[in-house]
Amino acid sequence: MLLYSQEHEWVDVAAGTVGITAFAADALGDIVYVELPAVGAEVTAGEVCGEVESTKSVSELYAPVSGTVVEVNSEVVADPSLIGADPAGKGWLYRLTISHTPQLMSEQEYQELIS
Amino acid sequence: MQQTPLHGVHACLDAKFTPFGGWNMPLRYTSELAEHHAVRRSAGLFDLSHMGQIDVAGPDAAQALDFALTSHISALGIGAAKYTMICAEGGGILDDLVVYRLGADWFLVVANAANTGSVVQALQERGAPAVLATDRAMIAVQGPDAESILARFTPTGSLRYYAGRAATIAGRQVMLARTGYTGEDGFEIYCGASDAVALWELMSAAGATPAGLACRDTLRLEAGMPLYGNELHLGITPFDAGLGRVVAFGKPGGFVGQAALAEQSVRGPQHVLAGLTGQAKRSARQGYVVTDPLSGETIGTVTSGAPSPTLGRPIALAYLRTGYSTGSETAVDIRGTAEPFTVTSPRFYTRSR
Repeated sequence: MLLYSQEHEWVDVAAGTVGITAFAADALGDIVYVELPAVGAEVTAGEVCGEVESTKSVSELYAPVSGTVVEVNSEVVADPSLIGADPAGKGWLYRLTISHTPQLMSEQEYQELIS
Repeated sequence: MQQTPLHGVHACLDAKFTPFGGWNMPLRYTSELAEHHAVRRSAGLFDLSHMGQIDVAGPDAAQALDFALTSHISALGIGAAKYTMICAEGGGILDDLVVYRLGADWFLVVANAANTGSVVQALQERGAPAVLATDRAMIAVQGPDAESILARFTPTGSLRYYAGRAATIAGRQVMLARTGYTGEDGFEIYCGASDAVALWELMSAAGATPAGLACRDTLRLEAGMPLYGNELHLGITPFDAGLGRVVAFGKPGGFVGQAALAEQSVRGPQHVLAGLTGQAKRSARQGYVVTDPLSGETIGTVTSGAPSPTLGRPIALAYLRTGYSTGSETAVDIRGTAEPFTVTSPRFYTRSR
């Protein structure tokens, strides 16, 4: 099950994976560069941990949960267009061991936010 | 917010829209990278109906434009076009323009959407009989295949770069110009509002890919072409922007801004518009500070920047203090981290054919 942050990130709490939403990817346009936290990095919910850049703009990545990064998706680093093509699938960004999950939105609550 | 006569066509194509200069314009249709590459490799189709089409006609039109604008407009032959500027008394740029001489006493002045009102007002104040046309559209076909696309409908062979003339396309009367702002060969079709949809469909069916403002920005940036609001504004003169060639001091009679511009042409500008090419992945964006990597001193500000789709690396335009020539190393503060950028010519991309 996916939960959503105000900064348009999703987190799969069971798998520990994080990505950006289709809404955010569409707003950015063609993503050409992504900078992710390093494996082993501690990220804090609500704080900046990376960035995604399109031809048109750049957007910071905020960690939706706190934890320790255990894996980054090397495929999206090599081919950032995966984020726009499949934001909740092949476009996942990093996986972490979650230490703290703040209050996040359900799918329905997030859809209400962006509609 | 205004809509162009092609708004319905864009909506049908599921375009993503953006406000631009008071108009609701297509930002992209599918992918701005694909649209960018289409213009570089084949042909793109743009709706530029938001740009101001200002008619200046009458026996004194040529002399009035000589006074109002920086270039020697009365020297243009009929059918010629000229990239020029309208400046304030102090030399600052009110807008950059393309002027077409369509007849001895008949000119079309094309202004940026956001500046159209102020350009019309300034022209009128300077004695030019300027009237904003409100029943027109403009479609651009840009790219290496643009000529073969247009040639299916109208003769193009004798139309030189920066020239325009009356033409008939599928029975519709237009003004066809060989101009554009993408760094490619291309055409602009100035037409009646009621002909816009049919002409768009014709060009689209002939192989031109609909292209939005997002790719237009990266295309003009790669070609080193300044954008009003970024590189050009009232605080900048043509000489600051490296475009002193648009100022004709030798023309008969005076012109608005002449004294200030003459002084600056002698003194030389304090800043120059330079190109910056990034050695890493992150792009410099408008407003970012440029420093000297040795002294740490601030030497300029980025006016436009993006990852170049054609070159595959970050490019930017920046106003730098004089003394930083091509090959100089600089640093751009990208959200707290100094990233290395090398000074280059502002023309990052030049077409090969």
